[in-house]
Amino acid sequence: MSATVVHSLWTTTAAGGIDKIPSPTIEYAQLAPTLIVAGAAVLGILIEAFIPRKGRYHAQLFLSLVALAAAFASVVALAAGGYGTTKKHIAAMGAIAIDGPSLFLQGTILLASVVAVFTFAERRLDPESHGNRVDSFAAQAAAVPGSDSEKAAVRAGFTTTEVFPLALFAVAGMLVFPAANDLLTLFIALEVFSLPLYLLCALARRKRLMSQEAAVKYFLLGAFSSAFLLFGIALLYGYAGSVSYARIAEVVDGTVQSVSPALADTMGNDALLLIGGALILMGLLFKVGAVPFHMWTPDVYQGAPTPVTGFMAAATKVAAFGALLRLLYVVLPGLRWDWRPVMWAVVIVTMLGGAIVAITQTDIKRLLAYSSIAHAGFILAGVIAATPDGISSVLFYLAAYSFVTIGAFAVVTLVRDAGGEATHLSKWAGLGRRSPLVAAVFAVFLLAFAGIPLTSGFSGKFAVFKAAADGGAGALVVVGVIASAIAAFFYIRVIVLMFFSEPKPEGPTVAVPSALTTMAIGVGVVVTLVLGVAPQYFLDLASQAGGFVR
Amino acid sequence: MSFPLLTATAVLPAVGAIATAAVPAARRSAAKWLALLFSLATLVLAAVVVVRFEPGGARYQLTESHAWISDFGVRYELGVDGIGVALLALTALLIPFVILAGWHDADPLEDVNPNRRWRPTQGFFALILMVEAMVILSFEATDVFLFYILFEAMLIPMYFLIGGFGDRAHAGGDEAAATQRSYAAVKFLLYNLVGGLIMLAAVIGLYVVAGSFSLSEIAEARASGSLSMATSTERWLFLGFFFAFAVKAPLWPLHTWLPNAMGESTAPVAVLITAVVDKVGTFAMLRFCLQLFPEASKWATPVILVLALISIVYGALLAVGQRDMKRLIAYASISHFGFIIMGIFAMTSQGQSGATLYMVNHGISTAALMLVAGFLITRRGSRLIADYGGVQKVAPVLAGTFLVGGLATLSLPGLSPFVSEFLVLVGTFSRYPVVGIIATIGIVLAALYVLVLYQRTMTGPVKAEVKGMPDLKVRELVVVAPLIALLLFLGVYPKPLTEIVNPAVEHTMSDVQQTDPKPEVEAAP
Repeated sequence: MSATVVHSLWTTTAAGGIDKIPSPTIEYAQLAPTLIVAGAAVLGILIEAFIPRKGRYHAQLFLSLVALAAAFASVVALAAGGYGTTKKHIAAMGAIAIDGPSLFLQGTILLASVVAVFTFAERRLDPESHGNRVDSFAAQAAAVPGSDSEKAAVRAGFTTTEVFPLALFAVAGMLVFPAANDLLTLFIALEVFSLPLYLLCALARRKRLMSQEAAVKYFLLGAFSSAFLLFGIALLYGYAGSVSYARIAEVVDGTVQSVSPALADTMGNDALLLIGGALILMGLLFKVGAVPFHMWTPDVYQGAPTPVTGFMAAATKVAAFGALLRLLYVVLPGLRWDWRPVMWAVVIVTMLGGAIVAITQTDIKRLLAYSSIAHAGFILAGVIAATPDGISSVLFYLAAYSFVTIGAFAVVTLVRDAGGEATHLSKWAGLGRRSPLVAAVFAVFLLAFAGIPLTSGFSGKFAVFKAAADGGAGALVVVGVIASAIAAFFYIRVIVLMFFSEPKPEGPTVAVPSALTTMAIGVGVVVTLVLGVAPQYFLDLASQAGGFVR
Repeated sequence: MSFPLLTATAVLPAVGAIATAAVPAARRSAAKWLALLFSLATLVLAAVVVVRFEPGGARYQLTESHAWISDFGVRYELGVDGIGVALLALTALLIPFVILAGWHDADPLEDVNPNRRWRPTQGFFALILMVEAMVILSFEATDVFLFYILFEAMLIPMYFLIGGFGDRAHAGGDEAAATQRSYAAVKFLLYNLVGGLIMLAAVIGLYVVAGSFSLSEIAEARASGSLSMATSTERWLFLGFFFAFAVKAPLWPLHTWLPNAMGESTAPVAVLITAVVDKVGTFAMLRFCLQLFPEASKWATPVILVLALISIVYGALLAVGQRDMKRLIAYASISHFGFIIMGIFAMTSQGQSGATLYMVNHGISTAALMLVAGFLITRRGSRLIADYGGVQKVAPVLAGTFLVGGLATLSLPGLSPFVSEFLVLVGTFSRYPVVGIIATIGIVLAALYVLVLYQRTMTGPVKAEVKGMPDLKVRELVVVAPLIALLLFLGVYPKPLTEIVNPAVEHTMSDVQQTDPKPEVEAAP
């Protein structure tokens, strides 16, 4: 593009006068869920600054729960107002889509976050240190592990109450991510929820070095994937002359012929479209944890404080799959014949890879990490169905999966020995003898992961496999079934270990949690069973929410 | 709305399971009585079903139908035909005996475990009732999806019964017993789960093709011609279903989980596996494979008959070679399941009536033999045949009942298994004479393994360890006597059973559009 063209562009815009720039119209009411959460996060930072240390925990917990509940209430109000079905439209100057999938996923993220905040706030599990109740997070994040300043912070009874505003920021980003309707909003939302998560990963009270290592790995790889995403955005902009989803889709379909003069050289160049689309997909598949972009998952899941792992495994996945769905269904449906074969391959390796590698794991958190990879594969099978059924089945699966995940990780926080959580599998031997109830609850979660009927895992799996088979991917269903069989093996192995092995004499104890964790686990069990036995209402909800706005 | 009788037969044991599980740890015997009470109440309800069922009436009776998961096209649809009624009655009948026979099997050895929340006894009986509820409902389900859910879900309580409550008479000590037990439990679960998951793919495929899971809707669509499956699709779907049922039944070469599972579990649980749960597999072949995929069933018949023949002969041969009593009975069961599957796929009305009767009779006869063997093993603390000898001199009643159970297993005329085995053989012979002839090898071998077993354990000089062995107690007699009475009664007068079963078999025969081959009589010169 020549310099004169740029110059003329510049001057014509300037000559138009300042009044040509329209003032933005923002539909505040429709953005309320995000605004409430983000506002509460800012308030949370002020609490850190102005409220005395003693009062912070209760203030933060109260604020977070109220904010999340209020945000959920506004999602429900929007859905009841028909914004998910008849009144779906694009708000905030084309940046945010208010439609069924957005509202469903936002609701799911908010509910999952409420449950996750319960586990964040748990302070009964660790023994009291110096007369202070402590949670799973480092006394002072800035203190070097093992240093005097760390000991001083522990002795003083400091706790990192910043985790609540950090989590709220992450939630705010996640709420925007699946609703983003242009690529820049998508990128900003990604960063808004990723950065707090990197921090949260580094904050474990026990095994701090491992936690920090996990955070650094997550950050580096996450930064890489963000860069890919950003590069892909630039290429797509070059291709379509716009970052708006609708506009790009039109250019892909060939309905738009007018070429913006500044991009005359690149617009409509298919190479840009294909490479750009692939790079953006890579960025999203990284967040989803699909093979071959899954390498960070086991390390980060293992190193991060377990409540954070549960939160990440549930809410991040929901948000990332939402964004992926919107990208594939709104922006790139015209490219279906190009991305489907690639995604087929990704789905197959993800399902099989996750399930096979999980067999060799000896750490419960790593095992759950690989199982989450396998589940990402199952969900992707629904994603690539490219039918309305595909959307609703994925929405349902995400809702079902997130509560099982948070519940399972909450159980992991209960099993402890002197070194904190006893995550090595050998220590779980005979848990069923020692505390039948905890073991039974964990078995329910494992059976749900394995997709045994009458649990939510089965309903979800059936929904996505049915959608995939309807969408002409019968072979994927067969591979999925094989992967499920492999996955069932290691879930069952844990059940065998818990119930049929003799407990070790110096095995771990099961901490008695406060009402917070009990509630988180209880919600997980109830949702698992209700979605397993009577899923119809929620399937209806998901299929009503199945239409993207363009 | 009329009283949902079929639902009640399944809900009652399920409620019983929950109630039993909730009994406090110290009140062990209360839990046992509660479980027995619920199983007897279920038996009463099952008797009501049998009475209300009209053999000449509609194909599916006492039907119930409610919307369930309309997104998946799934309805909660129940109904029984004659085959379902027979198996429902068998299940409801056997469970009280299973509970009684296992009265002491799950008592804590001593109070080694100080944890007061550990309640193995309550768990044992609750799981048995749970299995009963699921099996009964699966005999009643006329919706493929509902059946599939139960077919899979019943694995979980079964798995805990096998893995959690093993046979205490184990040669290798506690450690080895625990290892082998969990191996057996995992093997059981994985085999059946893999079968089930393959069926899941076929279930999804069926929905894509037929758009419904309801047996009646699919049959209607087929009759009106609005549903036609491509030949290859039908065959693939058939294979998916059949594989799962063949694992469950179990058919050679998918049978290897059964000897482990039966060997390591307690005798009542072994009865539960072979006499109750496995029947779901053969039942499902009749109800789902033949009805949904008639063409493919006929296409696969030759292969299945060969596999069934191998099961019959191979199972019997291995039974002859066993040193372990329970594994012997397990291999004998594999041989018998071969007969059942052969009868089903012979596609004659005698064959299929015989197969259905066989399911019932095999349930009763195996229960009798296995439970008496269990009593014997508990007394001596060993499962090995070589550890016994001369028991009939010490405990004559025990030996006598063992003999009757054994004779029933080898289908002695006068006992009920004879009727069914004869029908199966006649039915098979009329269409496939060679298959029928080869199958008789199984009968000869059956005589061998049963009589040799009896001879080695009960006759001969009294072994030192056997001396002073007590004879059957009242509880044990209460378990065995009715079973033997039933074997005799149905052996002499099988009419009540055949009356119920025959109309249902005719329906199935018309599904696969088969008629019995005409007898060929040479014209008189």
